[in-house]
Amino acid sequence: MSEVLLEARRIGKRFGGVQALKDVSLTIKRGEIYGLIGPNGAGKTTLFNVFTGLYPRDSGEVLFAGSPLSLASPHSVAAAGIARTFQNIRLFGNMTAQENVMVGRHVRTRAGVFGAILRTRAERAEEAGIRRRAAELLHYVGIADRADDLARHLSYGDQRRLEIARALATDPKLLALDEPAAGMNATETAALRCLIEGLRKDGLTVLLIEHDVKLVMGLCDRVAVLDYGEKIAEDAPDAVRANPKVIEAYLGTDH
Amino acid sequence: MDILLQQIINGLTTGSVYAVVALGYTMVYGVIQLINFAHGEVVMIGAMVAFSVITALAGSNLPPLVIVLAGVMAAVPACMLMGFLLERVAYRPLRHAPRLAPLITAIGMSIILQHLALLVWGRNPLAFPQIIDNRVFGIGGAAISSVQIAIILMSLAMMAGLSWFVYRTRFGIAIRATAENVHVAGLMGVNADRVIAATFIIGAGLGAVAGVMYGSYYGIAHYTMGFNLGLKAFSAAVLGGIGNIAGAMLGGILLGLVEALGTGYVGELTDLCTWPMAHGWLGERCADGGHFVLFGSNYQDVFAFLTLILVLVFRPSGLLGERVSERA
Repeated sequence: MSEVLLEARRIGKRFGGVQALKDVSLTIKRGEIYGLIGPNGAGKTTLFNVFTGLYPRDSGEVLFAGSPLSLASPHSVAAAGIARTFQNIRLFGNMTAQENVMVGRHVRTRAGVFGAILRTRAERAEEAGIRRRAAELLHYVGIADRADDLARHLSYGDQRRLEIARALATDPKLLALDEPAAGMNATETAALRCLIEGLRKDGLTVLLIEHDVKLVMGLCDRVAVLDYGEKIAEDAPDAVRANPKVIEAYLGTDH
Repeated sequence: MDILLQQIINGLTTGSVYAVVALGYTMVYGVIQLINFAHGEVVMIGAMVAFSVITALAGSNLPPLVIVLAGVMAAVPACMLMGFLLERVAYRPLRHAPRLAPLITAIGMSIILQHLALLVWGRNPLAFPQIIDNRVFGIGGAAISSVQIAIILMSLAMMAGLSWFVYRTRFGIAIRATAENVHVAGLMGVNADRVIAATFIIGAGLGAVAGVMYGSYYGIAHYTMGFNLGLKAFSAAVLGGIGNIAGAMLGGILLGLVEALGTGYVGELTDLCTWPMAHGWLGERCADGGHFVLFGSNYQDVFAFLTLILVLVFRPSGLLGERVSERA
């Protein structure tokens, strides 16, 4: 098994006249927490959306676990093993927390109308397994007691956790978190940090986009910095922090 | 005879048919925000297919209940197939078109289906053979027939079955997830095409049973019957909050009750002779227990649509619907 999980080669993406990404190449290794930072509008979320199949790329290629990433259907990226959360939380608000997680299992299971109506033994067993797995995941992210509450009734921090649980339900190899700490208070951020560290301990690879530089620097094994659609650094957190190009991008040349 | 109780019974009967038909509108709307105007015609074809089967078997020695059941068993798969084809042929190619296009297509499909039925079954009203001995029971000064009891019970069973399916099974969860956010549901591996096709098929299957019930209740089937029935059921879905399954059930039953009570009392309430101003020429007409009725029971259809208008004015998202701002 190769050490590299995801390799992006010279990714380009253009929106009208704006070159959002210019020949961005990066590699994410198995088991690491890989941070992606950059000033607003640097192209972080665009790159993220290219990886997760939301946007088609204009040029370049993405290799995931050794093979080209297929964008054939909306869920082929999830089926390949990339799961994501959203910067603006996108839960199914009128469904319970447990049901939200159960939806995530669709990637790995078959659900048919006739199976659901006929209640075959295999169908019942699979459904019971899905419920059990959903309960486990809710427990894992620490919101087991909210399983039967509607997602929209959860607190902001719990909604973030629920989104992570739903993403984990797809059995991902790579979990991509889009600004998970956005809008969180200090306590919630600390709890989130514990959760992500737990994910690493359990062998998951995490791609983290985050504005909270302190969180990224404390958590990540390696960090890439984007500025105006170009990668200006990719290194361990301390090295990135000392990189003059990064300081310039964040603070401007005058400082 | 107790008019109030009687009209409640009648209202519950038609109301449960409206509710079952309304489910077909609301499920499809919930998933793809399309008002499937051809749904009423699917219901009509359900009634027609059942009519043909029942008429063909009426001469045989089979027990009446078996004949009716055979009619339903033929109508349901026929309508399911039709629902499937409608989605596949008429709506799926327009999935990403501006919303007006599938809406116009729906109206077009409605006209096409109506005229297909006209070609197959002719332009005359078809009388459902009265093979079931329609027994009438008296309760508290009102009458309820065995057909009414059967319609109400079957509708309740179908509504309970659908609720179980949508709220308790995995496929139901996929349907609700798709209704909330088709894109995110897709990322989670929910096959939107299958979910959408399933809502059409399920709605059409329910509609088929509703068509048979409606036809046997009024004893008649006609190629235009889907239009009015569809419009009422659509009103019921909007009344309850379109896209909301419980809302469609509530809206259907409420609409049936409003219609029945309105029809039952409109004559009495608009009889000018009971009003205090009955004198002069009016007084003469009213003498000896005469009547001068402004609106009779032929105003039946007015109540359904009047209710719809009032709801749209005062609560545009329907009784159980979410506020529109939450959806955006």
